[in-house]
Amino acid sequence: MAQTVLHAAASRGGADHGWLKSYHTFSFASYYNPERVNFGALRVLNDDSVAGGRGFGEHPHDNMEIISIPLSGALEHKDSMGNIGTIEPGEIQVMSAGTGIYHTEYNKNKEETVKFLQIWVFPNKRNVEPRYDQVKINAPEKPNTLVQILSPNPDDAGVWIHQDAWFNLGKLEKGSQIDYTFQKKGNGAYIFVLEGDIEVDGQILSTRDGFGIWDTDKFSIKASSAAEFLIMDVPMEF
Amino acid sequence: MMNSLTEILVIGTHPDILQTVLRLLNTQESWHAEGVSGCEEAIAKCRLQTYQVLLIGGGLTDMEEVRLQTEIKLLNPAIHIIQHYGGGSGLLYAEIYLALGTEHKKNRL
Repeated sequence: MAQTVLHAAASRGGADHGWLKSYHTFSFASYYNPERVNFGALRVLNDDSVAGGRGFGEHPHDNMEIISIPLSGALEHKDSMGNIGTIEPGEIQVMSAGTGIYHTEYNKNKEETVKFLQIWVFPNKRNVEPRYDQVKINAPEKPNTLVQILSPNPDDAGVWIHQDAWFNLGKLEKGSQIDYTFQKKGNGAYIFVLEGDIEVDGQILSTRDGFGIWDTDKFSIKASSAAEFLIMDVPMEF
Repeated sequence: MMNSLTEILVIGTHPDILQTVLRLLNTQESWHAEGVSGCEEAIAKCRLQTYQVLLIGGGLTDMEEVRLQTEIKLLNPAIHIIQHYGGGSGLLYAEIYLALGTEHKKNRL
């Protein structure tokens, strides 16, 4: 029987630094809850808003797969490998920190707030060569389908990471339904609702709710309203 | 007088990251962190002092990590050996709280 966990939007941790408002699904920075540290290999899911012209100064990472998905505005990245890039909605960015990397992330616009998801996944291989990439997300081929934005395969759609993880964005019209089959045995899925209301395995979810499901091969998502969501299919043991 | 500080040893081969991690750890009043850049130095430190936490950063080989785990646990069975993922934005404190069994620190917006 499937196991599940619900993280209601209002139960997330958070930080308000004025220029940065961040909701943390899992323990991060000064928010610490030992019952919410990770979902399998998924360690961080931050829902960030950064004020115009502001951002994160230079800071280091190592041995983590770091994915940014902009929801509105534009986010500028610079790193110690010499990469400079700006991502906007419809794009996704990945950084394999590996042996160590420094980077900055700033709101490209002076006036408009940038909103984005920052997601960290534990890698399946430590001390890899650091790597940065950003790609445009493919438009869905038809309504009410999923679009893959991340996989472990360099030749597959979206970005790739050092982990057996697959991310899909979904956009459903009210009343429509899709089935999701796990990509790998032993993986679980964490569904994060970007907007709208959906029902997963009998659980009703609203905007910014998170829901994990594992010990099953597949599940269905039904839209109670027009809805957008992200499915993160990750190893539960890694 | 008893030392109430949590003593933390950080090992990392990337000098800048090591310094950043040490700076961040030492901003916490109840923690005291020192850093080393290699396996031998870490083992030597652990012979001289009792640490509560060993934080392993990037850049070590698998063999070095296994050696650290076994030799340092022999010297100090109570030590918590955990990995860190850089110092900038977030995991550092949570991984240490988790290792030490710290109570919740719930910030909400």
